[in-house]
Amino acid sequence: MLDEILSIAKSQCKNGEPSVDDQATPKAIRIPYADLAAVCKELHRNPAVYFDSLSCVTGIDNGVDAGTMEVAYNLYSIPFNLHLMIKVVLPRENPEVESVTSIWKSANWMEREVFDMYGIRFNNHPDLRRILMPADWEGYPLRKDYKHQDYYRDIKVEY
Amino acid sequence: MKGLLDQKFEQGGVMITQLEDLLNWARLSSVFPMTFGIACCAIEFMSTGTTIYDMDRFGMVARSSPRQADVMIVAGTVTFKMADRIKRLFEQMAEPRYVISMGSCSNCGGPYWQHGYHVVKGVDRIVPVDVYVPGCPPRPEALIGGFLKLHEKIRNERLTAPTAIEKLLAKEQQPSHVG
Repeated sequence: MLDEILSIAKSQCKNGEPSVDDQATPKAIRIPYADLAAVCKELHRNPAVYFDSLSCVTGIDNGVDAGTMEVAYNLYSIPFNLHLMIKVVLPRENPEVESVTSIWKSANWMEREVFDMYGIRFNNHPDLRRILMPADWEGYPLRKDYKHQDYYRDIKVEY
Repeated sequence: MKGLLDQKFEQGGVMITQLEDLLNWARLSSVFPMTFGIACCAIEFMSTGTTIYDMDRFGMVARSSPRQADVMIVAGTVTFKMADRIKRLFEQMAEPRYVISMGSCSNCGGPYWQHGYHVVKGVDRIVPVDVYVPGCPPRPEALIGGFLKLHEKIRNERLTAPTAIEKLLAKEQQPSHVG
C-alpha cells in the first residue's frame, strides 16, 4: 500500500523525489516541503486512498547542529482504514511551509500549536497566532536552543 | 472550644466581649471562598465541598464572584497566561481578603519548577498569600487544615496593629547613637 501512496505522491512532486522513512512508526514518506500542499490535496481526493482526516500535526526541532526542522502530518483514511505519516524537512532558519487548512479544517489549531512552540510559519493559514502561550511571549519554547526570558510582565520566570 | 454564642445566652441575654473578638469571630465563621480551580487541585477542592467533608460546617460556601468572596483558594497550576487574571480577581475582592495557596504548583511551581517555562513559580509572586497548603494535590483534610490555619490567623487579628508604634517607642528608649 505504501508503494501505491508513494507513486501518488510522486506524481505531484515537482521539487524533488519523495522517499520512505523506515525509521518512523508507522512508516512515513518524506516529501519536499514545496510540494506539500499539492501532495496533500491529491491524497485527500484520490479515490484509491481518500485520506479524509488529519489526525495530528507535529513539529520537530533537530537541533542547531543538524540545522533542520521537521513537520509530521498524520493522516487517516476512514473508508480504507489507512494510516499515513508525511514528513517535510525545513531549514532551521526562517522555517516556512504551506498550510493545509484549505484541505483539512482540523489543521487550523494544530498548525497554530506548531507555530507557537517552534516558530514554523504556515503560509496562507487563516489565523496564525499563538494558541497556548500568551500573545506577547518571547521565543519558541520547544526549540532546542530555547532560553526563556528573565521576566514576563514583571514576574520572574526563573525558579 | 465553645463558640462565643454557646456561653452566655442562658444567663439573661447579656454578653460581654471585646469588639475585636466579635468581629474576628463573625469574620472567621463565614469565610466565603472564591471558586478558583485552575488544575487538578480543584478536584480536591470540590471534594471538600461535598457532604463527606462538608465545607459548609465552617460557614464556607463557594462563590463565583470575587465581589462576594473573602478568600481566594488558588487551587492549581498558575501559568503566566493566567497570572494577570488572578491578580485582577484578587484586586476585585473586597477587603479584608485572604489567599490560600493550595498545592505544590501554586506554592512554588511544583513539578514545573525547572523546565516549566510557562508556570509562575509560586502564586506569591503575584498576590500575597496567607496560608500555604502542601500536597500534590492536597487531600481535602489538608485543605481543611488550611482553613483552620486561616481561622487562627483571623482570630488573632487586631483592629489596630501597634507594631509600628512599639518600634518607635523602643527606638526612643534606646540611647541614641550619634556618629
